[in-house]
Amino acid sequence: WGTDEKAIIAVLGRRNAAQRRQIRHVYEEIYQEDLIKRLESELSGHFEKAVYRWILDPPDRDAVLANVELKKSGNKHHVIVEISCTKNPEELLAIRRAYHARYKRSLEEEVAYHTKGDTRRLLVALVSAFRYYGEEINTTLAKSEAKKLHEAIKDKKFGNEDVIRILSTRSIAQLQATFNCYREQEGTSITKNLPKDSSDEYIATLRMAVQCLKDPKKYFEKVLRRSIEGIGTDEDALTRVIVTRAEKDLKEIKELYHKRTNVPLDKAVDKETSGDYKDMLLTLLGNEV
Amino acid sequence: MRKGCSKFFLEDERQFERWNDSAIKSLKAEFKLFKDVVVLSLMHPWERDARLLKKALKKGPPHYNVIVETACTRSSDQLLGARKAYHSLFDRSIEEDLASHVKGSERKLLVALVSAYRYEGPKVKEDAAKSEAKALLNAIKNNNGDHKKKAMEEDEVIWILTTRSKPHLKVVYEQYKKISAKTITEDLEVELLLKETVECLCTPQTYFTRVFGTALREDAKEDAKKALTRLVATQEDVDLKGIAAKFEDKIKERVKGAYKDVLLGVLADDRK
Repeated sequence: WGTDEKAIIAVLGRRNAAQRRQIRHVYEEIYQEDLIKRLESELSGHFEKAVYRWILDPPDRDAVLANVELKKSGNKHHVIVEISCTKNPEELLAIRRAYHARYKRSLEEEVAYHTKGDTRRLLVALVSAFRYYGEEINTTLAKSEAKKLHEAIKDKKFGNEDVIRILSTRSIAQLQATFNCYREQEGTSITKNLPKDSSDEYIATLRMAVQCLKDPKKYFEKVLRRSIEGIGTDEDALTRVIVTRAEKDLKEIKELYHKRTNVPLDKAVDKETSGDYKDMLLTLLGNEV
Repeated sequence: MRKGCSKFFLEDERQFERWNDSAIKSLKAEFKLFKDVVVLSLMHPWERDARLLKKALKKGPPHYNVIVETACTRSSDQLLGARKAYHSLFDRSIEEDLASHVKGSERKLLVALVSAYRYEGPKVKEDAAKSEAKALLNAIKNNNGDHKKKAMEEDEVIWILTTRSKPHLKVVYEQYKKISAKTITEDLEVELLLKETVECLCTPQTYFTRVFGTALREDAKEDAKKALTRLVATQEDVDLKGIAAKFEDKIKERVKGAYKDVLLGVLADDRK
């Protein structure tokens, strides 16, 4: 019997979300079973994880990734920060609905239940946001809020009310203006003034949030690069970035990676991974979905 | 028409029927209440709620209970709709306006309440509800003596009340009664806003009854009557019917004209 992995990759790897949904629907009609469940039982390892995440509808996928991350012990919150800070308001809403449907709980209550202290205050505020989606900017406000952020950072009061309020309620356009004002006022970017690689859970989370809000592509390029460099490969991170950005801005992230390392991403992935997992990733990297 | 409304007029020495000032005032007030309920009822609920929130924010702390009422008595999708309408009407999000304009200890609670997108299914976690009731009890007891920080500023209190589903909170409410001599609302007498939050989420009928009662008193103030108007225009009739029935006599006795018909209309069976 066995499974024809090449066929799975060829068929699913080159389809967009709407097409994948159709394929699942037709499969169920013909074979009277859920394609996803079938794949879960037939495949394994990193390949299975990649296929499973890829075949889900984007909001559902993000809900699953969020749930998996929250249930893990340890205090990394990449997924929660990424979905709340790099998606537009309607996308985040769709994820929250998908979470209700799948887990019979709200995403906010799940996040609140699994975190504490400042981290909780920041993350619950970020996932609950329904930001204004316009391009209007209030320059006076941007200047004064840049100042407030600077003061909090200077006094090492990273968790103060203003920081959380500004980052979790302002529109993305307004935040970008605020970050620019910060740079003008202080001479450096705000991320440079936040401690790097901090062992403090809150500060690390805060830094990630600022990076995502400021420049999502740059952030994802960094995650990709870090997942590959050094000893071993962080397959979870690699899969996550490629699968979640394939239908968005993976092309630009690839270009950034190439510029940064002088190595095409495809080549790096080819070197660092193997087997069906590698083929799946390369297909996702290569196709114009 | 003037001949028929003699109680509004006084015989003036210059031989014309002069308006009775106090009668005019009450007539205007009556019509305003009627106008308000009509305008509120005709507006799309999302726009209506967005405007209610904006107005309450502008008017300041004594009106923040309207924010609580709106955020807690609407369904998840209705509240979301209000947030969308707020974007369209005011080019900002409700959370950013609340967060930057509310200065007091209520800020965290109010921002979190309007940001909620609660799960609405029946599934409840009994064990979690038990421990959360305990957490609430601790927060309330600890802060009754300490006047520097209120219970509504406690992170535990906020996350439980603003992220948990309403069915779950009703179980928390019941569990609380088992471990405390009083109900949560009784223990929260000193923090009105927090008390109203719990009422609207767990025992909305109690809240509605109080609004009806206060509005229909002899000495009822304008705000009390406005509160009743708002309820009638924004809540489902089915939720208000039982309460309105209890107050039917008072309504007939104290309220006049078209506004009375609106209130009694809540009782009518053929209303949608």
